[in-house]
Amino acid sequence: MTPLATVARTPIDPLALLRRVASPANGAVLLFLGAVRQVNEGRAVTGIDYAAYEQMAASELEAIVAEGASRFGTADVAVEHRLGELAVEEISVAIAVGHPHRDAAYALSRWIIEELKRRVPIWKREHYTDGTREWVDPAGRPSAELVP
Amino acid sequence: MTVTVLLFASYADALGAASLDVELPRDSTVRDLVSAIRARPGADRLPATPLVAVNLQYAASDRIVLDGDEVALIPPVAGG
Repeated sequence: MTPLATVARTPIDPLALLRRVASPANGAVLLFLGAVRQVNEGRAVTGIDYAAYEQMAASELEAIVAEGASRFGTADVAVEHRLGELAVEEISVAIAVGHPHRDAAYALSRWIIEELKRRVPIWKREHYTDGTREWVDPAGRPSAELVP
Repeated sequence: MTVTVLLFASYADALGAASLDVELPRDSTVRDLVSAIRARPGADRLPATPLVAVNLQYAASDRIVLDGDEVALIPPVAGG
């Protein structure tokens, strides 16, 4: 099936993504879920709100999925990133891949999440138990390597 | 020309707005645009060379900004 890449404000349905990438050719069907963790860098987190430059996030995600599909030799890729307010344990991102073989399926899934974290314009603001909120800056600086 | 610059997350908080209108001479570059923004109140909280996207793609600092381009400052991304 055509690769899927979306950002959405509604809860992610992982089984719908899995169904998209299953096929008689695929001996490996893999699902990665990212979820909101209750502790980050020692601080108790009660939830996260995800914001995005939505149009660019969608186009970057589409580019990643298309590039991954081409690099790893499968069109059976479905990626969805959630936006808005999420509670602890809610799913923020889902990556489903289908491939004839498991090695490539694992490699593709891993490649997609790392690329997503590197270049898709999505931001998260953590809410802490003391009532404060902060934007998370994983790199501590803008990533110069993203500039062409 | 007037260029509208989109701001997000920590950068929108720093500048107190979701977008800015920036007046620029023709043939200005992304670097010139960033210099103009850095003169605004609150912009001292931005890095010296923030990432910039033009028309939904990351842009080099010597890129010329054209009238009608969609320009955005991109804070360090944190998806996943």
